Amino acid sequence: MNLSPPRKVMVWAPKRTLVMPLFGCPGCQHPTIGRIIAEVLEELGLDGKAIEVIGIGCNSGVAMLNIDVIQGSHGGAPDMATAIKRLSPDSFVFTVQGDGDCIAIGAGSFIGALTRGEMITIIMCNNANYGTTGGQMAPTTLIGQETTTTPGGRDAMTDGYPVHVAELAATFRGVKYSARGSLTSPANYQRTKKYIKIAFQKQLDHVGLSFVEILSACPANWHLTPVESLKWIEERMIPEFSLGEFKNVDQVD
Amino acid sequence: MGQRMLVQGNEAVGWGALGAGCDGFFGYPITPQNEVPEWFAREMPKRGKVFVQPQSETGAIMMLYGGAAAGFRVMTSTSSPGWGLMQEGMSHLAAAELPCVVVVVQRGGPGQGSVRHAQMDYLCITRTGGGGGYKNIVLAPASVQEIHDLVQLAFHLADKYCNPVVVLSDGILGLIAETLEVKVIDFGPLPQKDWAVRGRDRQKGGIRRFIHTYPSGAPPPGGYPNYVAWLDHTGQKYRQMTESEVRYEAYRCEDAQLVLVAYGYVSRVCKEAINMARAEGLRAGLIRPITLWPFPYQALRDKVNLGCRFLAVEDSLGQMVEDVRVGVQGLAEINLLGLLSRHLPTDAGMILPGTVLKEIRRLI
Repeated sequence: MNLSPPRKVMVWAPKRTLVMPLFGCPGCQHPTIGRIIAEVLEELGLDGKAIEVIGIGCNSGVAMLNIDVIQGSHGGAPDMATAIKRLSPDSFVFTVQGDGDCIAIGAGSFIGALTRGEMITIIMCNNANYGTTGGQMAPTTLIGQETTTTPGGRDAMTDGYPVHVAELAATFRGVKYSARGSLTSPANYQRTKKYIKIAFQKQLDHVGLSFVEILSACPANWHLTPVESLKWIEERMIPEFSLGEFKNVDQVD
Repeated sequence: MGQRMLVQGNEAVGWGALGAGCDGFFGYPITPQNEVPEWFAREMPKRGKVFVQPQSETGAIMMLYGGAAAGFRVMTSTSSPGWGLMQEGMSHLAAAELPCVVVVVQRGGPGQGSVRHAQMDYLCITRTGGGGGYKNIVLAPASVQEIHDLVQLAFHLADKYCNPVVVLSDGILGLIAETLEVKVIDFGPLPQKDWAVRGRDRQKGGIRRFIHTYPSGAPPPGGYPNYVAWLDHTGQKYRQMTESEVRYEAYRCEDAQLVLVAYGYVSRVCKEAINMARAEGLRAGLIRPITLWPFPYQALRDKVNLGCRFLAVEDSLGQMVEDVRVGVQGLAEINLLGLLSRHLPTDAGMILPGTVLKEIRRLI
């Protein structure tokens, strides 16, 4: 049995920013998201002036990047980032949040920042469940997906439908960039990295708020192997959460 | 002497904040404190400072978390229902040991209650409303000038202890206009905020900062070796506050048989009543706590030892009286004159000096 897809050997590593291992369960892709962020920060020369605001959840592991980091309440990251950016406009400020953190408990904070068009970047990890607390339903849980709080599968009649955050974000005039990527292949990895790079550039160019959603595997709570999890993202998540850019505006209108 | 002007209590918040070098104000509209965010919206941008109207009080308090973590002097203001929404953030600010100032202009409750004056948030503010048993210093002004002065003190104490500080105003103090002398008060030196996030390369030695609210589990910098070591550290800090920061005013108290205890607008009503009582030869005095937490228990105990009796006067069903009981410890008689003694049954009713005087006459 082939346990892993063919991989390219990476010869370059973001050594200033990635000095500690980023933790996660076997096959978790949140550390991979951290790795991409580290790469882009160093490529743009931003790591020294970056302030990362992390949410509460499995995304917290990204706090181990060797940059200045704050973590506060569950869902409040866009508020914290707002204040830092307003008070210290020459800092580079971004949040890393989970789907629950961003669009369930933190929906008010998220929508508030989008409405005001804050000059920050928001990165949302979508793993279709609450990972840290043991695999409960998230706003992004798929119809029919079994979680510990949807034991019979998510039922639209009682649990509603999965929310499409990248598409939602694109509807706000203050949002100048919105995209969704995945990490299921080297090509998708590179595309997602490109999205993050463009998003960071929007902040540097003072255009407006930029948002990137990343589909991220959660084998432990999906009860799948890491390889099966990638297949599940390809076959189940991407048909629901289509990949690509939903908005890319270069000017303040 | 500083500039003198006639302003409302709510506007004095702003002048005090400017004197303290406040960098950013983040506040959501709620009656009866709307003049506060309106003042900051007018005055901050023209001074190159930050004003943001967030989507909620939940947002406002988390903006303070971010701004404080980045080393700035930040504040918000709200009224009673908004205070409830801020409690999660207050707990996080206390846990992360971040300095900030929160002005609460009390109104009647519970729920939406009333948009007018009251003193019904004493317990939920002095005992703290978020999870986890943290503490916040509570300063209670009784005049427009004192609002201005205590806002400045609040910023100093917040920075001194790296802890949130509350300035507890009310619907009457916020809306009355009095003469204010604007001045910068020097409270002495403070430690550098070398813990603040500014970007790794701006930190001494290029060592990153990590500010968070479970310091026991995180690697250094910013972590403690274990959970109890962290709690021991914060506990010692809270003890230091109770030993060093008690403030109160004693008014005509030296020979008093009956000691009134009151704060905020009601303390002024009590002073008026005491003056009337003294004219009749009745020996009444007032202890006015300026810090509601830490409460001046020892000042009350000293009066107990002199054989005094007590009358707590507050515009609620009885909240501060619980602290009077803690101070007196059953060793003297305590009476309560509360909200049911207002002169009108509507939310416009007040505890008037004549009512307090009658109670003084009854008790002496």
